[in-house]
Amino acid sequence: MKAGSNLEKVLAAGHFAVTGELGPPQGNNAEEVRHKAGFLKGIVESVNITDNQTAVVRMSSWAACKILIDQGLEPNYQMVCRDRNRLALMSDILGATALGIKNVLCLSGDHQRFGSHPESKNVYDLDSVQLLAAFKKMRDEKKFLNEKDLDGAPEIFIGAASNPFADPFEFRVTRLAKKIAAGADFIQTQCIYNMDKFREFMKRAVDKGLHEKCAILAGVTPMKSVGMANYMAKFVPGMDVPAEVVKRLKGVDKKDQGAEGIKMAIEQIEEFKDMEGVAGVHVMAIEWEHRAKEIIEGAGLLPRPKVD
Amino acid sequence: MIVGDTKPLEEILAMIEGRPKVLVLGCRGCVTVCNVGGEKEVGILATALRIARKKNRQEPSIDEMTLERQCDPEYIEELAEVAENYDAIVSIACGVGPQFVAERYPGVAVFPGINTTFIGGALEHGVWAERCQSCGNCLVHNFGGLCPIARCSKSLMNGPCGGSAGGNCEISPDVPCVWDQIVKKMEAMGRLEELERVWPDKNWLTARDGGPRQRVREDLKQ
Amino acid sequence: MRLQYPTDVRVIQLPCSGRVDILHLLKAFEDGADGVYVAGCMEGDCHFLTGNYKARRKVEYVKKVLDSLGIEPERIEMYNMSSAEGPRFAQVANEFTERIRELGPSPVAADQAA
Repeated sequence: MKAGSNLEKVLAAGHFAVTGELGPPQGNNAEEVRHKAGFLKGIVESVNITDNQTAVVRMSSWAACKILIDQGLEPNYQMVCRDRNRLALMSDILGATALGIKNVLCLSGDHQRFGSHPESKNVYDLDSVQLLAAFKKMRDEKKFLNEKDLDGAPEIFIGAASNPFADPFEFRVTRLAKKIAAGADFIQTQCIYNMDKFREFMKRAVDKGLHEKCAILAGVTPMKSVGMANYMAKFVPGMDVPAEVVKRLKGVDKKDQGAEGIKMAIEQIEEFKDMEGVAGVHVMAIEWEHRAKEIIEGAGLLPRPKVD
Repeated sequence: MIVGDTKPLEEILAMIEGRPKVLVLGCRGCVTVCNVGGEKEVGILATALRIARKKNRQEPSIDEMTLERQCDPEYIEELAEVAENYDAIVSIACGVGPQFVAERYPGVAVFPGINTTFIGGALEHGVWAERCQSCGNCLVHNFGGLCPIARCSKSLMNGPCGGSAGGNCEISPDVPCVWDQIVKKMEAMGRLEELERVWPDKNWLTARDGGPRQRVREDLKQ
Repeated sequence: MRLQYPTDVRVIQLPCSGRVDILHLLKAFEDGADGVYVAGCMEGDCHFLTGNYKARRKVEYVKKVLDSLGIEPERIEMYNMSSAEGPRFAQVANEFTERIRELGPSPVAADQAA
């Protein structure tokens, strides 16, 4: 066991794992975190807490993670390379693990050009692959990047993200392999709508044996409406929304579109359960956390397994 | 070359406000090549400033001069006879120019007339793009001759990120994704395998992050 | 054709409108011109292929400079015409002169002109 986290144990026991996601508020409203967390308690192994997602300043991820721990949930601490240099990143993982955080995700981070403070300085001292390597070194060799010994090494289950739909497609599996080689124990993909492309991606990943070295969790975000589908198709870089998805949502009344989106998400998860190489699902019902249960339950994934 | 952009006329007019005798000082180096600070541009800026002064019924009094370069003391020395005559020298060389002039002529008010922006080259006549971030440790040969530090918005050494779409960077459809270009180039060269290498953390000491830099050639020093 | 056009118009001949320089246009205003217009060939008919396109862009550049100096950008204009069209030349001359008359004298002090 690397960290002995609930997520790690469930995956190690061979169960199909489920993770959720929660975005902290744009303020120090801790009650908001507790409120959203409440919807996810007991229905997922652990919950991703985003880190200044889309470069918009929010309550820091580690703090929201601690709030979750206090509520009896397990957090996945997301860390981006955009805002902090290696000193701060290493320092933060030491602090986070001192507070009981066990799962961490190493991400590049959306460029600040679109965020709340586009004038800010760009950091990117390390990229996500180098961050994975740094954390692996801290955990396994118990050293800082400068080879000096740590006074207490973090026990972490290290994760990363993968986007099968960004370009160039042929290189995506290579990049996934790089992340695994650098230190990723688990991967969560960007939310999937193009099932054909994802099947192809998984086939290539399985061919390379990547699923044996690392747990790959498929990302699912339910569409709330046709408007949301169109927005994601046009304005979110790296997102692939096939025309059939939009068409299917258009085929139902506006008031039923949300339910249809949830139905589609459930269908996807049913397929992921049987797909070779997919170790679980990452449900990102952002700002729709109260519907997560419906999806997870609808896919026959409740109750969640208890592993010691 | 070093590339710059014109400063808004309003900003320059505010700088020379209340300073009757002005010299617009150009440079035949980089700024001539990128058409922002050469003799021609000195003429255009000086004329525009004189028009503004005449409109305000002020003495036009804007002189024009272009030095070979403003980054070598021997050329700055050419101003020795005349510098003190001016109430303002507006240098339209890169950021080095105003500093060298100000240092050599401490009694004269020196102003930058352009904004120095990046190290780059011409893509076609009239279009210049950033190519180098002067990180101090050039590794472009490992990336098919492209620089991920300068040309990737996130300076990723193990790119591309998940925002690369249709060959473009997530920040704008006008910005190409250099990692998309690197992957395709390395593939065309039969070197795609090299990109499987995990590039370790970069040493930024050689870059500006390590502090202001100097270069010394002992064999050339006086 | 001996068509009439205002005596206020001073014609400066160039081998191609593309030869005109931003500096020439600005200096004309510095020296007290109330208005400047560039007459180039019809688009697509330039003997040197792209001279008139370039002239138009230079005129646009000068419009922006004038604007930032608080001078009406309408004081400079680009017109396209065929050298065979005598009446069009006269028409443009009249039109532009009328525009400048309405704008009044250039705010750049004429008494300070060279």
